[in-house]
Amino acid sequence: MIVATPKPVTEVKNLIARHGKVLFVGCGTCVTVCLAGGEREVGIASYAMRMARKIEGKPLELTQVTIERQCENEFIKDLAEPAAKADAIVSFGCGAGVQAIAERFPNKPVYAGLNTQFLGILEEQAVWTEKCLGCGDCMLAQFGGICPVTRCAKRLLNGPCGGSTEKQCEVDDGRPCAWQLIFTRLKNINQLDHLEAIVPPKDWRPAWHAGARKIVRKEHRV
Amino acid sequence: MIQSNQWEPEIIAFCCNYCAYAAADLAGSKRMQYPVNVRIIHTPCTGKIEMEHILEAFEKGIDGVLVAGCLEGGCHFLEGNLRARKRTDRIREMLDEIGVGGERLKMVNLSAAEAPTFVARVKEIVETVRALGPNPLREGVKA
Repeated sequence: MIVATPKPVTEVKNLIARHGKVLFVGCGTCVTVCLAGGEREVGIASYAMRMARKIEGKPLELTQVTIERQCENEFIKDLAEPAAKADAIVSFGCGAGVQAIAERFPNKPVYAGLNTQFLGILEEQAVWTEKCLGCGDCMLAQFGGICPVTRCAKRLLNGPCGGSTEKQCEVDDGRPCAWQLIFTRLKNINQLDHLEAIVPPKDWRPAWHAGARKIVRKEHRV
Repeated sequence: MIQSNQWEPEIIAFCCNYCAYAAADLAGSKRMQYPVNVRIIHTPCTGKIEMEHILEAFEKGIDGVLVAGCLEGGCHFLEGNLRARKRTDRIREMLDEIGVGGERLKMVNLSAAEAPTFVARVKEIVETVRALGPNPLREGVKA
């Protein structure tokens, strides 16, 4: 899931300072699950924004709509009518959602209401952790299902650094050492032999370093 | 009676059924006097009070909100009051950022037997809000 966090009220207020009629768009997928940009959060942000603008003496005409997924044109279609009536749109989706809406409405200013953070999981209520970097060349099989590319602060592929204390990462003691986790996991599944192989430098070509990636799958094209 | 030409704080008290509401009732039975500025809303638990309820009240111009729940550890639903505490803390931050003022929102904990505490907390918030002046979102009222 994509994990995002809300931008401060003041930041969003400054983004839309020049507009009088604004549409707040929530997204019903990832950011709803991570309690950042769903219908509920958009509602709360709307209360805050209306109040902040009224205090400034510049009342805001605000409409809220939450669509199923902001990253698909099929769902963005539902925004046509409310978007036409608004001077600007604030998207409470991830970065992909914001850009999808901006592409769909080329003559309308579109702003981001969230800071998109990472691909992660819900660890416990209201705690999310990053698990995947989207590097385009998954190496999880070698490491017992624990990603050193994402979870080791130094992205080491051949064992822990000297700062590992068997539990915590030396960069952040609130985070477990990924290599300790990998060792324990490989031991539990009887695959410690994976550690005997030297892992060559990672091929970063499938990652984003050469610019935005594109995937075309011919078998699904119509 | 509140004079129509002079501003008086208007405060909503969200009171939990199992403590503050009963304490307010007891205060009434004991003929204890407390300011007339407070309007009580009976809630099943402070955990049932959503952030939107409080924000809506402020947007409509209420000058202060009191959230009154059970003593910590004494919630009928185990942790509704602890959740309400986290929510009110968050709204207070938002009210400060917006410019309404976080001090206008207060959460207190008390038991059903504490009528004098209820009265004292009501007096406190009325005085706090009186000192702050009217909610800036209230129309046509000056302190």
